[in-house]
Amino acid sequence: MSYNSIDKIIKKCDKQSISFAEAVILDDMYERKVSRDDTITQMGVMWDAMVNANATYNRKQFSKSGLVGSLGGIMEDYIGSDKSYCGPFVNDVMARALKMGESNACMKRIVAAPTAGACGVLPAVLTACYDHGQADREQIIDALFVAAGIGQIIAARAFIAGASGGCQAEIGAASAMAAGALVSLRGGTPTQIASAAAIALKNLLGLVCDPVGGLVEIPCVKRNVIGSVNALSAADMSLAGIISMIPFDQVVDAMREVGENMDVRFRETGLGGLAATPTAAEICKNLKTK
Amino acid sequence: MNIYDILGPIMVGPSSSHTAGAVRIGLIALKLLGERPVKVNIILHGSFSATGAGHGTDKALIAGVLGMHPDDIRIPDSFNIAREKKLEFSFESKNLKDAHPNTAILQVKGESGRELEIQASSVGGGRIMVNKIDGIDVNFSGESPTLIVHNIDQPGHVAEVTSMLSHKSVNIATMQLFRDHRGGYAVMVIETDSEIPEESIEWLRHLEGVIKVTYLSVE
Repeated sequence: MSYNSIDKIIKKCDKQSISFAEAVILDDMYERKVSRDDTITQMGVMWDAMVNANATYNRKQFSKSGLVGSLGGIMEDYIGSDKSYCGPFVNDVMARALKMGESNACMKRIVAAPTAGACGVLPAVLTACYDHGQADREQIIDALFVAAGIGQIIAARAFIAGASGGCQAEIGAASAMAAGALVSLRGGTPTQIASAAAIALKNLLGLVCDPVGGLVEIPCVKRNVIGSVNALSAADMSLAGIISMIPFDQVVDAMREVGENMDVRFRETGLGGLAATPTAAEICKNLKTK
Repeated sequence: MNIYDILGPIMVGPSSSHTAGAVRIGLIALKLLGERPVKVNIILHGSFSATGAGHGTDKALIAGVLGMHPDDIRIPDSFNIAREKKLEFSFESKNLKDAHPNTAILQVKGESGRELEIQASSVGGGRIMVNKIDGIDVNFSGESPTLIVHNIDQPGHVAEVTSMLSHKSVNIATMQLFRDHRGGYAVMVIETDSEIPEESIEWLRHLEGVIKVTYLSVE
């Protein structure tokens, strides 16, 4: 049976003295009747696709609407600036998140994680760690299993679609997955992984899905940045020893309650929030005459 | 949902429902037609019609009809590829009754003149549901091998099909029966756990009272 609670994963890890990633791998082998090699190879394919998507970003390309494009390049040029608050590593993560979000809007090949709209969060933090020499491929693959396990629990207890529960269910879920993955990369315990995921999701609770013109562009591309930076800070808090007072499973249940009570205008209909601003109306008018 | 439904699929953006799901709908129409398509008319409903162009839904549907999968980087260029491959295509918008917001009807014609109409919806995360075939209600996802038999509504056809499957040791996962009226036109939709041999499909096609047999392989 697939996991529907992080508590169950933590208990299994404690009882069998295995890592969080191992618990997810064993479950997948059992669920899909595949070998360890099969699933590790398949996760490797996902990772290679993320790396490739990051490498094939084109800073001159714009989406069909013309609303997004070039942002990843602009941010990349800023890395190393003496004006920067976040510093080169975090600025690089931000650039990568923008790049992936824009590649998605430009109909390039990406990995939905957990959705296409939130596809920039996980690869932004993981490819940055990999390229900055902070993790090897094996550790990254383990971190991806951790992320998938966290996402699976969110999908089982709540939802992972903007139309169902708002942006918290997309960028929020991606950020929780990334936070857990980052703690795993640093050798954190299953409890620390759960805490990081909980903190990340809590911080994005209530985020609405309000895409301008219904397109996965404004504000989706930039929200991939907040998802990744939020994941970094949540992972750091957890690794520092800060715990989430509300356990992860209960945070997910709260997300579900918030999402279910979210007005339909804020669930991917393009009718409320930023999508209903005068500027958005102006943009939509221009799109129609294009 | 397995972990690769969460971390994945690898797909061409921007939307799992409006792009990846749309490719799958086109692809299923192609597989059900079972031959090279020469013409397709697509009717877009709801959100597919409203925000489809911005999500590349139109290009994605054509890409699927051309045999591309959701991760094919040629999807944005599918209109040009269709012209090269002499696939004539057209689009219209229509408000369909009682349909899922992300729904399309594909009317396809193959090189031998064979025609097929399917209505399908993209139900989230790139997964789809076929709702109608040639105007008759059906309900299948296309994730398992699927056998669709159109026959005259008379006793014995279900037994013929199921005994063939039993003889070939193919286990039935789900089975649905539909008809327009008693003694009229009937359709059975059978999802199986393993593939059905081609010669058995051919055998079904020659049975008296069987009008049309369509088989969706997932291999």
